[in-house]
Amino acid sequence: MRDTITSLRYRYWPDHLLGEILSKRWTETAIPVILLLIVGFAFSRSIDNFLSPASLADTARQAGEIGFIALGLALVVIVGGIDLSVGSIFALTDFCALFLLDVAGWPVPAVVIATLLCGALLGAVNGILVGYLRLRAFITTLITLIIYRSAYDLLIQRYSNAIASAFPDIPSWDFIGSGSVLGIPTVALAYIVIAIFGHIFMTRLRPGWHITAIGGSRRSAYNSGIPVRRTIALCYVASGALTSVGALFFASRLGTVGGDIGVGLEVIVLTATVLGGITLGGGKGSVAKSAVGVLIVLLITNGLTTMNARGGVNRMALAGILLVAAMIDIRWQKNRTRIISKVYVAPTYHELPPPPPTEIGQGGPFEQNDKLRDVEAIGLGRIEAPEDVILDRHDNLYAGSRHGDIMRFLAPDYQKMEVFAHIGGQPLGMAFDREDNLYVCIGGMGLYRIKPDRTVEKATDETNRSLRSVNDDSRLRLADDLDITDDGLIFFSEATVRYEMDEWPIDGLEARGNGRIICYDTKTGTTRTELRGLKFPNGICVASDGQSILFAETFGCSIKRYWFAGPKKGAVEVVMDNLPGYPDNINLSSDGNYWLALVGMRSPSLDLAWKMPGFRRRMAKRVPVDEWLFPNINTGCVVKFNEQGRILESFWDLHGENHPMITSMREHRGYLYLGGILNNRIGRYKLDNADPNFVQYDKRWGKQS
Amino acid sequence: MKRFRFSQQEIVFAVFALLFLVFSIFLNGFLTADNMLTLLQNVAVLGILGLAMAIVVIGRGIDISLIAALAVPPGLVLQMVQNGHSLPFSLLTAVLITIAFGLVNGWLIAYAEVPSLFATLATGLLLAGLGQAVLFQLDVVQWSSGMDGFERLGQGTILGIPTSIVMFAIACMVVAFLLRQTRWGAYIYAIGDNPYAARVTGIPSRPIIVLQYVIAALIGCFAGLVMAASVNSMPTRVFNSTLIYDVILVVVLGGIGLSGGRGGVLNVIIGTLLIGTMLNGMTIMDISYAGQNLIKGVVLLLAVITDSFLNPRNEETAQQGDI
Repeated sequence: MRDTITSLRYRYWPDHLLGEILSKRWTETAIPVILLLIVGFAFSRSIDNFLSPASLADTARQAGEIGFIALGLALVVIVGGIDLSVGSIFALTDFCALFLLDVAGWPVPAVVIATLLCGALLGAVNGILVGYLRLRAFITTLITLIIYRSAYDLLIQRYSNAIASAFPDIPSWDFIGSGSVLGIPTVALAYIVIAIFGHIFMTRLRPGWHITAIGGSRRSAYNSGIPVRRTIALCYVASGALTSVGALFFASRLGTVGGDIGVGLEVIVLTATVLGGITLGGGKGSVAKSAVGVLIVLLITNGLTTMNARGGVNRMALAGILLVAAMIDIRWQKNRTRIISKVYVAPTYHELPPPPPTEIGQGGPFEQNDKLRDVEAIGLGRIEAPEDVILDRHDNLYAGSRHGDIMRFLAPDYQKMEVFAHIGGQPLGMAFDREDNLYVCIGGMGLYRIKPDRTVEKATDETNRSLRSVNDDSRLRLADDLDITDDGLIFFSEATVRYEMDEWPIDGLEARGNGRIICYDTKTGTTRTELRGLKFPNGICVASDGQSILFAETFGCSIKRYWFAGPKKGAVEVVMDNLPGYPDNINLSSDGNYWLALVGMRSPSLDLAWKMPGFRRRMAKRVPVDEWLFPNINTGCVVKFNEQGRILESFWDLHGENHPMITSMREHRGYLYLGGILNNRIGRYKLDNADPNFVQYDKRWGKQS
Repeated sequence: MKRFRFSQQEIVFAVFALLFLVFSIFLNGFLTADNMLTLLQNVAVLGILGLAMAIVVIGRGIDISLIAALAVPPGLVLQMVQNGHSLPFSLLTAVLITIAFGLVNGWLIAYAEVPSLFATLATGLLLAGLGQAVLFQLDVVQWSSGMDGFERLGQGTILGIPTSIVMFAIACMVVAFLLRQTRWGAYIYAIGDNPYAARVTGIPSRPIIVLQYVIAALIGCFAGLVMAASVNSMPTRVFNSTLIYDVILVVVLGGIGLSGGRGGVLNVIIGTLLIGTMLNGMTIMDISYAGQNLIKGVVLLLAVITDSFLNPRNEETAQQGDI
C-alpha cells in the first residue's frame, strides 16, 4: 500500500523539473519579470488610472529616458565596472543641448551631434581613468560625479536665466521631446530600436562577447588576446553617449536646467540595473534585464509619488530594494552551481523483484562458472576502455579507446595495432553497414561514420526536440549503441538526456526513464526519436525477423523488443525482465540466438535504495558525490538467449583474473571477442560447437568479396 | 638612494606647510587668531570622521554611510529631547541605533559579501531616508532647553584649547590605542593587508569586519554630537553635501592607501590639517561652493591616481567583484 502511494507520487510528480528550470539561463530574467508583473498588478489595484493610456505614455517617456542611461550602465556593469557619474553627465549634457539650442542658436541636428559628443567625451574621461589607468571604478566615478556636478552648478549660475528665457519653437525639437508615432512616444520608439540593436550587439557580435568575457574574467580575457583596457574604456564612452541620448530627450521634453536635475539619478539607474539581475562585478547581464529593471523601478517610484509618500520614503524604498536585490544576486551567483547540483538529482521509485540466483549450487541459467578463465588477451596494456569491439569482413578487429581513437588490430594474430581513425570523443557502440562504413556512437558527440578510406564524418548529432522537455534534448548527450537494419535505418540508443557521459552512475541513482531510442535514416539523412522514457537504454540489435530490434535497458534490468516495421509496427514488448545484472550490449550469435553482456550484477543495497526515492534524494543532497551508492560493475558475465527470452548459457570469470568486466561481445569465426569499458585489453574466447565460418555480415547480407 | 625618498606623509606634511605659508603671506585674514580657531573647529569634526573612515579603509573597506551616521542619530537625540524625553535616554537610543546601523553595514559586507562601497552607499541612503521620512519634522533639528549643558561638547575651551579640538584629540588617542595596542587592531591591519591570508591564519575576519563598521558608525555618531553641540542644532541636510568626499580626501591624502593594511592615526591628522587649510583658504578667497567642490574633486582625483601608483592594487587578492 505504502509502496503504491510512493510509486504513484514519484510517477506523476515532476521532481526533475525544478533542477532543470533552475539551470536554465532564462530563470535569472524570469524572476525580475515576475516581480514586474506583481508590482504592476499591486499598483494598478491600489491606484486609480495607474494603467490609463495617458499615465502609461508618461511612464513610457520616463522609462525611455532612464532606459537609455540604464543601457549604458548595464554595459559598464557587464564589463566589470560601475558608473556613478551618469547623473551628473545627464545634467551636463542636458545643459549642453539647451545651451547650444537656446543661447548659441545652433540647428537641431548639430545640437544632437554635439550633445552626443559631449556625453561621449565625459564618458571618455571615466574610460581613460578606469580602463587605461586602472583606477577603482566605484571611487573614480564617484569623484567624477562630484566634479561634473560642480561644473554643472557653475555653468547654470551663469546661463540658467538665458536658457529659461528662451522659448525655441522648432518642430523637429518638439517632435523629439513630445512627438509620437502611432501613439508610441518618440523616445520609447528610439529606445526600442536601440535596445534591439543592443541585444544583437551583446549576443551576436564580437565586441559584445568581448565585453562579457572581460566581465567574466579580466585576466583570462587579457590572456586570450582581447584588448581589455580599450574595451573597458569604450564601455564608459558608450555609457556617457547613451546617457546623453537620454538627456537629449529630457531636454527637448522639459527644456529646463534646474539645480536638481540628475541628482540621485545614479541610484535609480543602479537600482534598476541590479534589480533587473545584472550581476555586480560583471560577466552577466542582458538588455532585457536592464529594461525590466527600469520598468520595475519606475513603477515603484511613480507609484509612491502618486501615493504622496514623503521624499524620504522613496529614498528608503530605492535603497532597500537595491540592497536586497544586490544581496540576493551575490548569494545566488556564489551558490548557484551548488544549489542546482543539490536539487538536480531527482530520484524516482523503481521496484524490481528479487533477482534469480547466480550462486554455484543454486542451479538456474545464471549459475556461475569459470569458463572465461581461459580468455586470451589481445593488446594487453596497449588499449584503454574498449567499450565495444567489432570485426570487419577481413577479420580485422576494431575497438574504441578512451583517447578518442578507433584502434585496429590486424588479422590474423592481432599483434599489430594501429590508429584507424581519430574522432576526439569516447567511442562506444560500433556497427558496419553494407558498404563497410563503420558507424560509431560517440559519447557526448553523437553518431559518426568512418568510411573505408578512414575519413570521419558526422552522421547526426541532433534529433527532434520534445515539446514537453525543459532541458533542450535536441542534442545527443550520450549516444550508446547502435545497429543497422537491412534497409539502412540506424537505430541507436541515447542512454540519458539529463546527464553527461561521466555522470552515468547518477542516472542509475535517479532510476528515472531518461533515455531514448533514436532512428537515423542513412538514405535521407534525417533523425527522429522513436522511443522515450527508457531506463538507460544501452545495447541494440536488429532481431532475426528484420522487423524489430532488441534493446537492453541497463537500469531497468530488462530486454525489450520494438517493432519498427511489419504488422506490429510501433509496439514494444518485454523479452526478458528481472535480470540478475545490468544488461549492456546485445549481438547476434552464429546459431541465430543473441549474446548479451551483463556489465555488473545487481546488489541488494541498490535494489532496496531504488524503492526508496526519498533516501536517495537525501543522499544526493547531503553526502559528497564520491560517497554515493554506485551500481556494481566489477563482476559480470556473458549470456546467450533465444528469441523467446530464455537464457541458454552463461559465461563467467569467477575471480576476474583474465577478463574482469564485460560491456560487449562479438562472435566471429568461432571466437567470442570481449570488450569492457574499464579494461586495458580485449578478450578472445574459443567457443565450442560454434560455426567456425560465422561472419555476421555474410549471414545477414550475403557474402561479398 | 634611500635617503632621497620621502614617505607620503612627509610629502603631504611639506605640502601642508607650504600651503599654510602661502596662505599666511598672500591671504588677508588667514593667519589671525579668530580664523585659526574657526579652522581648527571646522577641522575637528572632519578629523573625527577621518578616524572612522581610517579604521574601515585600513581593513580594506570604505564607509560612504558615515555622514548618515553623523546626521541621523545625533539629530534623533535633539528631536527626542525636543519631544520631552530625557537626555540620557535619548543618547542611549541614539547609540543603540548607531550600533544597529553598524551591525547592518558589517553584516552586509562581511556575511552577505556585498562590496563595501555599494553596501554603505545604499545603507546610507536608507538611514538618511528613514530620518527624512520618519524621525525628523524639519530638516534642521533645533536645540531645546533639555539639551542645556551638552553644548560644552563642542563649544568653549578646556585648558585654553577649544573643546572640539580636545574631542578630536581624545578620539585620536582612543583609535590609536585600538589600532596599535589591541589584538583587534592588529587583526584589522592583517585583514586589510591580505584578507585570505588573515582568514587562513585563523583570524575571525567576519566578526572583525563587522566590528570595524560598528566602531566607524559610533565614531561618526560622536562626530555628529560634537558638530551639533558646536552649532547648537543638527542640520540633517548635511547628508546631501559633499562632506563624505572631504573625509575620503583626508584619508587618501593622509597616506592611508585604499588597498588597505597601511597607515594610522598620524596620517589622519596630517590629512586633516591639509584639507582644513585648503578649505579654509578657499573660503577666505570667496570661491563659490560649486567651485570649491570642483577643486576638491580634482584634488581627490589626483590623490586617488597617485595612490593607485604608490599602493598598486594587489591583483592576487583583489576580488573579481571588487569594484
